Amino acid sequence: MTLQQLERLVPALHSRGYQVIGPIVRDGAIAYDVVESLSDLPVGWTDEQEAGRYRLRRRKNDNNDDEALFGYVVGPQSWKKYLHPPEVRLLTAERSGRTFRILNNEPAPPQRAFLGVRACELAAIAAQDRVLQGDRYRDPVYAARREGIFIVAVNCTQAAPTCFCTSMATGPRVRGAYDLALTELVGPGRHEFVIEAGSDAGAEVLAELAPASASSVASEALCQEAEGAVERAASQIRRRLDTTGIRDLLYANFDHPRWDNVAQRCLTCANCTMVCPTCFCTTVEDVSDVTGTHAERWRKWDSCFSQNFSYIHGGSVRSSAKSRYRQWMTHKLASWIDQFGSSGCVGCGRCITWCPVGIDITEEVRAIRESPASAKENNHGNS
Amino acid sequence: MTMATAATTDFMLPQPYLVQQVVKETADTFTLTLEPSDGTGRNRFQPGQFSMLWVFGVGELPISISGNPADRAQLVYTVRSVGKATHALVSREVGETVGVRGPFGTGWPVEKAEGRDVLVIAGGIGLAPLRPVIYEVLHNREKYGRLVILYGARSPRDLLYRKELTAWARQPETQVLVTVDYGGLSWRGHVGVVTTLFKNARLQPARTLAFACGPEIMMRFVARDLENQGFAPENIYLSMERNMKCAVGFCGHCQYGPHFICKDGPIFPYDRMRPLLEKYEL
Amino acid sequence: METLEHIISEHSFFSGLESYYTNLLTGCASNVRFEKGTYIFKEGEEANEFYLIRAGKVALEIFAPQRKPIMLATVGEGEVLGWSWLLPPYQWKVHAHAIETVRAIALDGKCLRTKCEENHDLGYEMLKRFARIMEQRLEATLLQLLDVYAAGK
Repeated sequence: MTLQQLERLVPALHSRGYQVIGPIVRDGAIAYDVVESLSDLPVGWTDEQEAGRYRLRRRKNDNNDDEALFGYVVGPQSWKKYLHPPEVRLLTAERSGRTFRILNNEPAPPQRAFLGVRACELAAIAAQDRVLQGDRYRDPVYAARREGIFIVAVNCTQAAPTCFCTSMATGPRVRGAYDLALTELVGPGRHEFVIEAGSDAGAEVLAELAPASASSVASEALCQEAEGAVERAASQIRRRLDTTGIRDLLYANFDHPRWDNVAQRCLTCANCTMVCPTCFCTTVEDVSDVTGTHAERWRKWDSCFSQNFSYIHGGSVRSSAKSRYRQWMTHKLASWIDQFGSSGCVGCGRCITWCPVGIDITEEVRAIRESPASAKENNHGNS
Repeated sequence: MTMATAATTDFMLPQPYLVQQVVKETADTFTLTLEPSDGTGRNRFQPGQFSMLWVFGVGELPISISGNPADRAQLVYTVRSVGKATHALVSREVGETVGVRGPFGTGWPVEKAEGRDVLVIAGGIGLAPLRPVIYEVLHNREKYGRLVILYGARSPRDLLYRKELTAWARQPETQVLVTVDYGGLSWRGHVGVVTTLFKNARLQPARTLAFACGPEIMMRFVARDLENQGFAPENIYLSMERNMKCAVGFCGHCQYGPHFICKDGPIFPYDRMRPLLEKYEL
Repeated sequence: METLEHIISEHSFFSGLESYYTNLLTGCASNVRFEKGTYIFKEGEEANEFYLIRAGKVALEIFAPQRKPIMLATVGEGEVLGWSWLLPPYQWKVHAHAIETVRAIALDGKCLRTKCEENHDLGYEMLKRFARIMEQRLEATLLQLLDVYAAGK
């Protein structure tokens, strides 16, 4: 499919009632926001990421500006911004006499389409689906926002140094439930897309963009080229996280000296939990107006790194930075498996990029794996 | 786009309940009796479960239900005032409204105790979540064997349900032993931590289910003592506590190892808790 | 160089013990060292040894949630660490934290229990000495409980 043909994607989604969310450039980073057309996307931009470092720069292709729409990996935001919002009102209540009334007046969220969902992000959405909809209780706030999302996924054709989706078996090729998936092929004098439908809704939109004809079906050669581009992305991945027996490894190394080591570096700033696409912890705030007749309950993102996250009368259970980092990493890589049947980490690398001191989760796992505390040391390690 | 209906979201919304009675148990602890304000409401609960109690515009707290499970008309809670939200809760007057969500969590497996002896060990306010077990056993006496209640509080003035303790002690096949850490001048009863009561309790570990609730360090020592006396770890149950915000497994605050205390607990068998209890700052 | 036997027989804890018995004890003894910051034993673990502290200091600690580790007492040079090896359930009740580097003689509890069962006179000598330590600890704890320094209540 040509770029011109793809230009019709956003209008096609609009005509079906979707608000389209996609990547844009803002404040020197790739963010997600409402897009009105493909020209709103980070055309010709790419990112440079390393532990504790993120920059955008213009793409160059043989001294020419490259006009790729998806020539970067993932920015600090993820789709949880829309599905599991940073701030959402849970209820409004009014006092009436000596009792109160809950008002059922929360506005319905708009029907949305997500344009540009990477493989790791698709896996992250599935992970949050499991947490918030697949367990004993179904979160109505998440369900209302998740239902009917139209997903246009994008296969990565390049990887950042911080990516490790291959270790977590989540990418770079998208796998899971999507409506459309595309691979961008861009070079001197050419800009085209191999696009496939993953659902009936996707097929219906695809038919509008490229009415069925011999010329619209991608040739064998083109498909192979697209495959190759994705494989190239996989081959660029340098970081590895060995997940073999990781649950037992982390459970058994609760007293490993490495936790003291990372505690000396970790600022408990909570950046990692904010950017992580699977982190779901929230807190609840009850507020009322000055007259005390109108009350609201708000839910906001929270982080296990905060001092009072584990506070019960008398004090916080996890007082030290060490215990909080250990909790986050053990939950993400180990406990999550017991709780939800799979890892909580999708290998997107955001936590590595956005940690101000560059703590690398793959390196922390390696350090513990390569020197598991001996049984006696584990029990008698430094505390 | 459909909006979630009330029926599927009632675990998210507080129901208004009227305060019927407020009883002062100790200087800082009060028992509230609540009735649904519209006559409906879910008053069925398992002993050991908890509700989220909401004071309009102030905050919400997880409080164990401490009433009689057979009483479907009302819900009873014993609350200790330790901060702003608990203070607001215990300051409610008769006729005022408290929001109730729940019940949540797992309960004490009382049904496993049918035909067996029941040992209840409580420290401080830990007696509140255990009281429904005592009611259940005493009101269905023929279903259960002996009932032994071991209760420890900081001082005589901190003892809860004193009249009931005396009444329970007079029930058939029931032994009640009470102790305090600090006796003061006029206390003539036992002084010492609750584990010191074991030597006076008539117990047959092989046919007894033990339910313990109190400060975590107390439960740790109690459970270990019970195990040393011959109780199988899977026959010892503890009620664990962590910070809770949502009570339904979404907010992540109450995690204890891989367990969500709000939905996998708060009641857990000791064999699952033992490896976690020894982990400092878990 | 001092031999283990010499150290044991000279240690105040064993004063008055016949050399026949100190010989027996030596058979269960070894030199040990714990670096500052390490834990010599932890609550709940099997108690299979006790220690004659020759240098350094050990803090007996309990971990309670939401609080820093509570230090109950300290054991230093010339003192004996650990009596839980002596009586069932042979389980440590507290943590022992080397707050300074510790040099000690470790005595193998299992080995000793066997010898005490075989030789009741030895067993009685051990029990007498440990009973005195427990009594001293209990008395100290009672006084600690009284909180005598607290402002008038």
